[in-house]
Amino acid sequence: MINERLLNILTDSFWKILLPGLTVTIPLTVISFSLAMVIAIVMALVQFANIRGLKQLARFYIWVFRGTPLLIQLFVVFFGLPSVGIVIDPFPAAVLVFSLNEGAYSAETIRAALEAVPSGQLEAGYCVGMNYLQIIERIILPQAMRTAFPPLSNALIAMVKDTSLAANITVAEMFMATQRIVARTYEPLALYIEVGLIYLVFSTILTALQRAGEKKLNIQHQAAKSRRRRGGLWSR
Amino acid sequence: MVEVKNIRKAFDGAEVLKGVDLQVYQGDVVAILGPSGSGKTTLLRCLNFLETADSGELIFDGEQFHLGHVSKKDIARLRQKTSFVFQNYNLFLNKTALQNVTEGLITARKIPKEQAEKTGRRALAKVGLSDREDYYPHQLSGGQQQRVAIARAMATDPEIIYFDEPTSALDPELTGEVLAVMRQLADEGMTMLVVTHEMGFARTVSNRVIFMEDGVVVEEGGAKAFFEHPQQARTREFLQMSEKESAQGQQHF
Repeated sequence: MINERLLNILTDSFWKILLPGLTVTIPLTVISFSLAMVIAIVMALVQFANIRGLKQLARFYIWVFRGTPLLIQLFVVFFGLPSVGIVIDPFPAAVLVFSLNEGAYSAETIRAALEAVPSGQLEAGYCVGMNYLQIIERIILPQAMRTAFPPLSNALIAMVKDTSLAANITVAEMFMATQRIVARTYEPLALYIEVGLIYLVFSTILTALQRAGEKKLNIQHQAAKSRRRRGGLWSR
Repeated sequence: MVEVKNIRKAFDGAEVLKGVDLQVYQGDVVAILGPSGSGKTTLLRCLNFLETADSGELIFDGEQFHLGHVSKKDIARLRQKTSFVFQNYNLFLNKTALQNVTEGLITARKIPKEQAEKTGRRALAKVGLSDREDYYPHQLSGGQQQRVAIARAMATDPEIIYFDEPTSALDPELTGEVLAVMRQLADEGMTMLVVTHEMGFARTVSNRVIFMEDGVVVEEGGAKAFFEHPQQARTREFLQMSEKESAQGQQHF
């Protein structure tokens, strides 16, 4: 099944696929995810701090972006908005949609993590004279981000793969590069498996980074574990 | 120094504090005793505004406040003069022992980091934990955590420290080391208001005892008189009960 011609196509295409992976897929992911984290932290905090008005706004934003398909969001921004005079280039349009979409999901992750921080942490902060913002910034948010780290890593890995949807709005990322080669060579099975494997490599690297990150953060996180071990229902 | 008049607090219609009066003078070590659900912890939490009392008056250093409605500014100002030690320590989990002590000094009191660390090290030395300053809370035993919490409480040089059942979450062996630190603080003249179940501590360290039940003060008096000649029948009953209990358990003092 694998003859010399196919082998040549695969080796030729490897760099042609990997290059847009390194220059488009990864930057698209990194920029979008970073923006998504900023959005998510802000949206989680206004809900956690119960700021009237902003909280409702956050709920509405999350409702919309979690409740509609990512692909449709891409189409609305790239193909729809020009009809009302808003024209955005493919790459920034993709960044906009991916960061808003991921921001909505991660906001919920971070909100849950904020709420998981024991209320005694806030009380202790008040009792040493700190104000609410200081306690959030220095005590509660760092602990919440540690709790949220695994699910957020998960979201990052998902986003790497979701960026392939940007091919639909003419972003020349890995998947689009593959499609072009398939159109020329008529080897869909081998080439789509090839690009799939490259995504797998990306995800594997991120998984390893996640593990290393968790290990580093564990010095503090042990707290939750040891608390569970020592106290709770089963200790008596 | 701290005086409370007619403090009242209800949770969902259930009255927990039904008009309690309290005076603490400088250098006093006041123990609040009473069965579970008597309102002792709520009283303490209201004094530091962790709960908002429904009504009542607080006189702190001659300044008068209405406990039902105190401005955020006044709360912040009063908290700068007080410290609180929790039953379950509530150390900042993402900070080391030293950082736990210095955090309030650096952020709330704007003390330069180096100076704060000097103060923090001194406080940790006082509670016998100099060798643990870089440990995170989960790396410390319960007794050590509570001693760090006490170091944190005294590092800010408060006028009074509130203790909310500081040894109730500890094994008997660890209770002793915490009580020893508290006794040392008392000997140095720190003003302390201590909700406790430790009869030995109340008897030997405190100079005044308040016995609460069902949201009211049943009896109050000098520690010696309170234990030797309790006036109220209910107090006698309570003391006998706890004597029996401690006879079964371990004595620390």
